[in-house]
Amino acid sequence: MTHGSAHAHEAHRTSMGVDSRKMAFWAFIGSECLLFGSLIATYLVYKGRSLVGPYPHEILNIPFTSFSTFDLLMSSLAMVLALAAVQRGDMKQGKLWLLVTALLGLVFLGGQFWEFSHFVHEGLGLTTNLFGSTFYVLTGTHGAHVTVGVIWLLTLWIQALRGKLGPQQALTVEITGLYWHFVDVVWIVIFTVVYLIQ
Amino acid sequence: MSEHGAGAAHPTTGTYLRIAAILVMITLIEVGVFYVPAFQSVLVPLLLVLSAVKFTLVVMFYMHLKSDNRFFAFLFGGPLLLALVVIVSLLLIFYGAVRLRTGM
Amino acid sequence: MKGWLTTTDHKRIGLLYFWTAFGFFLIGGLEALIIRAQLIRPDGGVGVSAETFNQLFTMHGTTMVFLALMPLSAAFFNYIIPLQIGARDVAFPRLNAFSYWVFLLGGLFLNASFIAGPLFGADRLSVAPDAGWFGYANLTSRQFSPGPNVDFWLLGLQILGIASLAAGFNFVVTILNMRAPGMRMLRLPPFTWMTLITQFLVITAFPVITVALVLLMFDRFFGTHFFLPAGGGDPILWQHLFWMFGHPEVYILILPAMGIVSEVLPTFSKKPLFGYTVVVYSGVVIAFLGWSVWSHHMFSTGLGPIADSVFAGTTMLIAIPTGVKIFNWIGTLWGGQIRFTTSLLFAVGFIAMFIIGGLSGVTHASAPSDLQQTDTYYVVAHIHYVLFGGTILGLFAGMYYWWPKMTGRFLSESLGKVHFWLTMIGMNLAFFPMHFSGLLGMPRRIYTYPAELGVARFNQLSTIGAFLIGIATLVFFWNLLRTRGRPADAPANPWGGATLEWAMSSPPPVYNFTVIPTVVSRLPLWQTERHAPMVALPAQPPAPIHVPGGSWWPMITALGLPIIAIGALAHLIPIVLAGAAVVIVGIYRWAYEPFEM
Repeated sequence: MTHGSAHAHEAHRTSMGVDSRKMAFWAFIGSECLLFGSLIATYLVYKGRSLVGPYPHEILNIPFTSFSTFDLLMSSLAMVLALAAVQRGDMKQGKLWLLVTALLGLVFLGGQFWEFSHFVHEGLGLTTNLFGSTFYVLTGTHGAHVTVGVIWLLTLWIQALRGKLGPQQALTVEITGLYWHFVDVVWIVIFTVVYLIQ
Repeated sequence: MSEHGAGAAHPTTGTYLRIAAILVMITLIEVGVFYVPAFQSVLVPLLLVLSAVKFTLVVMFYMHLKSDNRFFAFLFGGPLLLALVVIVSLLLIFYGAVRLRTGM
Repeated sequence: MKGWLTTTDHKRIGLLYFWTAFGFFLIGGLEALIIRAQLIRPDGGVGVSAETFNQLFTMHGTTMVFLALMPLSAAFFNYIIPLQIGARDVAFPRLNAFSYWVFLLGGLFLNASFIAGPLFGADRLSVAPDAGWFGYANLTSRQFSPGPNVDFWLLGLQILGIASLAAGFNFVVTILNMRAPGMRMLRLPPFTWMTLITQFLVITAFPVITVALVLLMFDRFFGTHFFLPAGGGDPILWQHLFWMFGHPEVYILILPAMGIVSEVLPTFSKKPLFGYTVVVYSGVVIAFLGWSVWSHHMFSTGLGPIADSVFAGTTMLIAIPTGVKIFNWIGTLWGGQIRFTTSLLFAVGFIAMFIIGGLSGVTHASAPSDLQQTDTYYVVAHIHYVLFGGTILGLFAGMYYWWPKMTGRFLSESLGKVHFWLTMIGMNLAFFPMHFSGLLGMPRRIYTYPAELGVARFNQLSTIGAFLIGIATLVFFWNLLRTRGRPADAPANPWGGATLEWAMSSPPPVYNFTVIPTVVSRLPLWQTERHAPMVALPAQPPAPIHVPGGSWWPMITALGLPIIAIGALAHLIPIVLAGAAVVIVGIYRWAYEPFEM
């Protein structure tokens, strides 16, 4: 095995002029559309087919969920501000906004936990009826994605605290942002399809 | 290495804040529409349109798709379209038949 | 040994895929032979019980689709694609290694079910999956499948899905972003094109089966009713979700083989592929339409006349781009200077057998006629003509074609001819009679059949044919093993191929190309109307070429997945968490590892 840096230029040239990791991530987001699409399709196909209650209109709390939606939207704002800061080398702002994004994500998750326990208390469990099953699996999968995102963001934040995150890693932060915004837009769809359109 | 196309302008902080404000406003409208009885008849199409606008804004501006390489739009848009077709097809298969039978 | 465990070199990974997949192919073949031995007589040829028979056909299908055909294609994706596009490796070498290890571990996990019975208190050794490779609800419910068999299946497939998805992203990016200068999209070799299209199918279809398997898992482990009528669920939803994956899956299985044929025919006809652009676009159209036909697997479920008609229509439509390719292949051979190497024979065999399989497929497209055929051996005939006569013959063509490049050694042509003819006779003897036994009413998946059905003679022929295939395959296996003793003296371009994989030595140096070539034509190594053949690349690189080292983390991360699955099987949360911890630690170490590409 030989080592050397004779062809640094050659190594970085790409046929489409875009970073491979970014392209891979958009392909991944594409496939996630099918993942969530199948879950949403299942939810919609089974809408109205529960044999027993509780039913959506009896239990969904729109004001509370609107707040969750607002929270995630603000987290996306924090994310773009974090990326802009990292890109221009302002790591103080970068660290701050990364942390804010993660914290807003945690607030969302906290809200989900509260909502789920409240629903269970009201009699809607995972196996109670089709609404329960499809609701928990769909929003649970989304919540799991948010959880991964929060861990990812905190990892970057810690890396930044150690002084190991800077403008050279802007692409990593950008990809983190792509993931986070995607998780946000999936919530936009879920909020509309599950909560608002009953 | 830079993968922003030459000349593609970065949205400014101001733009991001404006988009955020629009997103919040649309959400408020959605919730409002949900509660106002007068809108019940157009609730579904209206909500779908409003959420589609939010979706598009986040994807185009926050995810930078508007000014990035157009191939990314294909990588995302193709499967997105496919997912929509899958959802609509399944709904038609499961419920279209019922509607048609009662309609005929 | 450490080198192989930590390798991130696409060429080594390709060889790993090949040998592992070939091993699973032999296992799947053994399962088939036991099935055929059982069916040689109406009352059961070898005394296989119904339960065992269910396991055999389930594992035969699952093994062949997921552990043999897909990974054999992956062996060629891995070895050949970077070479064909003029790259030094794939876009994400460690992710590539990860895909291989996950595949190996997933395959081992699935097959471990054959001996795991005692661990689950079963009254038999084997608790292998037994609900068909398509796992229809609600046979797969805990009520009707109480043992761990279906759990092995749904967990194993989820593991394998991760391998396929990772490879899908890897190859999409590799083919689009790592091409040599001048390698425009419409200069890509047809095998590379078909692989690209296949990977798009993978990344869109596999999420759907993932959801289906997760929902099934929830039904079985947590008491939901996604597919159970007692709780309001609809078993038909499973079929929709499964076939939304399953139909694109069959195009995932056939397109790479079509790509191989599109490489082999031009080389051995000394003529460019006839209608290259049309062949490429047909592949794209097949992929699109492949997403629109899934319910043709469900014509007998009462979809209603409108759905039936729509899916019948789309299914008939897809015959068009497929037929177009066949004409282009014939056009390639026509007027060419044909050399009847074993590789070419298999490629021509592919065309003939795939036409037959395609024709029976067209008869399935019509919903009324399909109602006669569905769930009978007529369908078994169809699938084996397209998958054995199609994919496997195409893969064999690729093996004889690319073996010298991959190992520096030729496969014996005389043994190859024996392999070819035995295979052709065997497969037609095995599968052609199934058209008739099917139409006479022999259902699928039965371990005995009544003598009065009048299909005993057909079954005997099928069994003989199957064993002939077995012998042929052993001949091939012997051919493979024999080459190890031969000198590695194959030249760079033994067949006079046109594409870049033939530009360097056989096998190529670890860095693939001494200098990345600049490409000006679709056939870089040939003299064409407008271009002279590419100037030979230098024997030594002008400056030292950095080759990335290996990494342990892909394999270690992969190990976490079967641990999670075992924990789920055993209903032991601590083991699930331990597996998850392995995955998480693996990912972190992977992400922070300095790895220069």
